[in-house]
Amino acid sequence: MIKYQIDKATIYSYLEEVKDPEVPALNVIDMGIVRDIILHEDDCLEIIITPTYSGCPAMDVISMNIRIMLSTLGFKKIKITQSLSPAWTTDWMSEEGKRKLRQYGIAPPNPKQQVCNDKLFADDEAVQCPHCDSWHTHRVSEFGSTPCKSLFVCDDCKEPFDYFKCH
Amino acid sequence: MSNQSTNQLINFTLHLADNALILGHRNSEWCGHGPVLEQDIAITNISLDLIGQSRNFYQYAATLMNDQKVSPLGGDLEGAVSEDTLAYLRDNREFKNCLLVELPNGDWAKTILRQFLFSTYQFYLYQELQNSKDKQLAAIAEKSLKEVTYHLRWSSEWVIRLGDGTNESHERMLTAIDELWRYVGELFTAAGYELQAAKEGSGVNPTILQLKWEERVKEIFAEATLPYPEQVYQQTGGKEGKHTEHLGYILTELQFMQRAYPNSEW
Repeated sequence: MIKYQIDKATIYSYLEEVKDPEVPALNVIDMGIVRDIILHEDDCLEIIITPTYSGCPAMDVISMNIRIMLSTLGFKKIKITQSLSPAWTTDWMSEEGKRKLRQYGIAPPNPKQQVCNDKLFADDEAVQCPHCDSWHTHRVSEFGSTPCKSLFVCDDCKEPFDYFKCH
Repeated sequence: MSNQSTNQLINFTLHLADNALILGHRNSEWCGHGPVLEQDIAITNISLDLIGQSRNFYQYAATLMNDQKVSPLGGDLEGAVSEDTLAYLRDNREFKNCLLVELPNGDWAKTILRQFLFSTYQFYLYQELQNSKDKQLAAIAEKSLKEVTYHLRWSSEWVIRLGDGTNESHERMLTAIDELWRYVGELFTAAGYELQAAKEGSGVNPTILQLKWEERVKEIFAEATLPYPEQVYQQTGGKEGKHTEHLGYILTELQFMQRAYPNSEW
């Protein structure tokens, strides 16, 4: 017996209310963290999520927030499953998410996905400054404030900004 | 699967987890002490990736143990095992990490060299492990490989920068090579559980990684104007639980809270 007369699309819309605690401009759908939603026959609602990075400290909080959100909506049996394969890539971020990132001051991943390879001293890809739109920027550090980001600075407006690492 | 082969799979998984946890812990000691801010952030981010990888392996080992009712310490299992039990409550002799990862950090040159030698090893190991017939190990390897590729690139660049840098940085890299070289052979000396897991198609026999590893290290050393060392006597034992004195000190710090205040949470 299916107690909840509800479809996946509605649940996706609920999950849009769950923010990424590390990048609060984005919700978990924008980030591409939610991989699937399964409505089991025994009324169990299963959400499959995937981490951006193995050590992403936000994952436990995200799982908890999804659970709280769904409990408040009246779901009794909630299962949150973490799946590692296929591995997350910046390509899974939604276009809407990329737009919000820019607005928030973080440069979104370039449309052509950058996959990390082991080529040394590679030229930095061109990254547009989210503050003044200049392409005249350079990378300051391969690593940044969260596992998924690196640090750039704009040579025109001189503002530093985060950019998603190749992944 | 027989009990014997599950036990070896558990040991193999713990070995992968311990390597990542202990190196992650060592790197985290740089937090607030890095030579410049950007590199402080870099080495601690690498820590975070490694500790994340270790969590994935520990969680899987715990699942296998709970399914098979195997205790990490042998004998009967009391209560369920978790990733925390495995990281915080096993003793020195139960840890299966290689000696290389537990050595003190030394200076920046030694930390960089160790990271490079180990990332190169992990890079080829995870490439193989992605094809494991054990679906969970394959998934963890696939996920981790992306992170390790980034570590390898970063640490290779630093080996070149320091080796081919000033006289001082070059000298320090030579000292680092001298201090670390006797520990690299253990990476490719297969323990019983590695051979068994490889035989079953779930693991990787590390001896097959050695040639590729040497080739990569030679290439980077040449670029860094560093000599590739002669063969020296190799220390082993870590994979079987026989560690240097340094691991005990790491565990003292790492496990203190759970030992003093069991089951405490924060």
